[in-house]
Amino acid sequence: MATLPPSPFDRDRRNRRTLAAMAAVGLSMLGLGFASVPLYRIFCEQTGFGGTTRRAAADVQVQAATGHTMSIRFDSNVQPGMPWQFYPEHRTDTVTIGRKDMAIFIAKNMSDKPVTGTASFNVTPTQAGAYFTKIQCFCFTQQTLKPGEEVRMPVLYYIDPKILQDSDNKDTQQITLSYTFYPVEQDGKPS
Amino acid sequence: MTTITADHHHDHAHDHDHHDADHKPAFFQRWFMSTNHKDIGTLYLIFAIIAGIIGGGISGLMRAELAHPGIQYLHTWAMMMDGPEATLDQAYHLWNVLITAHGLIMVFFMVMPAMIGGFGNWFVPIMIGAPDMAFPRMNNVSFWLLIPAFALLLGSTFVPGGTGNGAGTGWTVYAPLSTSGSAGPAVDMAILSLHIAGASSILGAINFITTILNMRAPGMTLHKMPLFVWSVLVTAFLLLLALPVLAAAITMLLTDRNFGTTFYDAAGGGDPELYQHLFWFFGHPEVYIMILPGFGIVSQIISTFSRKPVFGYLGMAYAMVAIGVVGFVVWAHHMFTTGMSVNVKMYFTAATMVIAVPTGIKIFSWIATIWGGSISFKTPMVWALGFIFLFTVGGVTGVVLANGGVDDVLHDTYYVVAHFHYVLSLGAVFGLFAGFYYWFPKMSGKMYNEFLGQLHFWVFFIGVNLLFFPMHFLGLSGMPRRYPDYPAAFEKWNELASHGYEIMAAGMGIFFINLIWSLAAGKKAEANPWGEGATTLEWTLSSPPPFHQFETLPVIDDTAHH
Repeated sequence: MATLPPSPFDRDRRNRRTLAAMAAVGLSMLGLGFASVPLYRIFCEQTGFGGTTRRAAADVQVQAATGHTMSIRFDSNVQPGMPWQFYPEHRTDTVTIGRKDMAIFIAKNMSDKPVTGTASFNVTPTQAGAYFTKIQCFCFTQQTLKPGEEVRMPVLYYIDPKILQDSDNKDTQQITLSYTFYPVEQDGKPS
Repeated sequence: MTTITADHHHDHAHDHDHHDADHKPAFFQRWFMSTNHKDIGTLYLIFAIIAGIIGGGISGLMRAELAHPGIQYLHTWAMMMDGPEATLDQAYHLWNVLITAHGLIMVFFMVMPAMIGGFGNWFVPIMIGAPDMAFPRMNNVSFWLLIPAFALLLGSTFVPGGTGNGAGTGWTVYAPLSTSGSAGPAVDMAILSLHIAGASSILGAINFITTILNMRAPGMTLHKMPLFVWSVLVTAFLLLLALPVLAAAITMLLTDRNFGTTFYDAAGGGDPELYQHLFWFFGHPEVYIMILPGFGIVSQIISTFSRKPVFGYLGMAYAMVAIGVVGFVVWAHHMFTTGMSVNVKMYFTAATMVIAVPTGIKIFSWIATIWGGSISFKTPMVWALGFIFLFTVGGVTGVVLANGGVDDVLHDTYYVVAHFHYVLSLGAVFGLFAGFYYWFPKMSGKMYNEFLGQLHFWVFFIGVNLLFFPMHFLGLSGMPRRYPDYPAAFEKWNELASHGYEIMAAGMGIFFINLIWSLAAGKKAEANPWGEGATTLEWTLSSPPPFHQFETLPVIDDTAHH
């Protein structure tokens, strides 16, 4: 059933329609490429992917799982060249799963100028990220230290008891919480 | 694949319009303002050959340096490039520039222009019975965008790029090396080059999709299209879906470099790993973009020289569709060592291995096509058989590397280099040579020299295997990629690989002698030099085809069987 060839006019119109549709596909993939920046952040926050920690309100109610403990290790870094000393008060801590706990980090500005810093964070093993919940953290905001000033900064957190039901975490005995401080320029951009 | 019932139809039209059909514009107008798909295909092929000489020459420099441990020539070359006071660090940077240039040139300026721009332009319209591409002028734009793109990439070698001159980021352009680690305009130029080459490919992809969907001759249904056309259709969709993501990713690299954004900088709340995800979301489909047209070419050749229709035509077509679809959900197997949970690794391992199924369908269908066929071992056929063998070797190491646990050991070793050169440098390139010999009589109107073609195959085959097979052993022993130096224990296999390069280069010499001899003194080619096995529409036209073909569309018989 050899159909008649379409007239050139019809063909041009169909070609233009296909062109428009394909250009739309290409442009939406381009848009998706840029949209991946917020999408990736939301994905990590929702799933704990890559060791992204959770955040909870101050009045959160959790049931402590008495008898189950987890060792926590605190790791602290500053970007090379940033004139801060930054270290945890205690390198390790043992917490009861589900019970709120506080860790103290100490930062000191070693230079003679005020320096503002902001900290990035995550935990290892990465599959524990979905259960490491912070209620209060110095990393939620920027910190400005005057010349020579030393501050004690609290982190209020708990380990979600659901971690006990997660088979991926059945071998998890210690969670490392890591912070890295970066300097922030006064206009809000990193230096 | 299909029989043509309207030969008289077409012949009549040809006679009638003979003067018009063969009227060619003047030289400048014909080659610089071309809207003819065959001329643009020829331009693409010439461009790809020139880029291939440059990219292949760079790998010769690398094999010369790697023949022995220690630094042989690199420092001297750095002094030639950066001036007599070049430091050893600048020499190491030059090494990074060489691997970057080799990768980018071979991927974006050799394989893609040859496969899609060259053979795709030449034969997709003819094979579906169309007079030209859907948008001839856009086709011209696609080709000419490649020239500034290539000029930007080559030019970047001569401007500062961090430690020394040139972009030394690897073809993956990972942040932070490509952002805070490479000051100077070289990396900006390389990124811009990728933007322009990508725009060229996206325009080309839209053109191919429109042509294949709308311009088929009456009776040429999708399920009757030759497999080469199917392969270009799938490839065009992969290009259209993958390249814009690369464009977005490298645009954010540019703004991170120049406008103070922090998309990939943890200091500002960004994430360098996001770049890897975006790059490989493009990068993995990209490897299928390079190999799928080769699958199509090999299918035509195996069928022609076995004098049998392709075994399992529909399975072959939809295997390519399946490879294309699954190819979009396996990207993180390039990132197994970035730190992912066991579940994520398991998913990407399993999904990657699934690709072996449609690929296996293709390999076995080619073998089943040969089975019981009336085989003639002409040059295109031996190249196609070489393709099947070498691509299978590369596919097997691919299944090994797909295992997240094994990849922890082999990541960034020469085992990976061996793997992807077996599927690309041997797979895709053997497909290109197979297609070149297969269609050379059609494109030029001259026969190539059969003896030189066979000799080219054997010298090249021995050369590339000596060149790349030892890299498996080097990788398994732990030799890392991307270094100009290595411990003395790795010397013998490296020396052998460098000799393999010399043999391969001699094979390329035979190719160019054959090319020049055939163009100058080759026997005149008939319309169909391959006999009854060649059933696709290009063999119904004269060799070379008239400047304008199918002014009256051919009608494809509905009762035709595959």
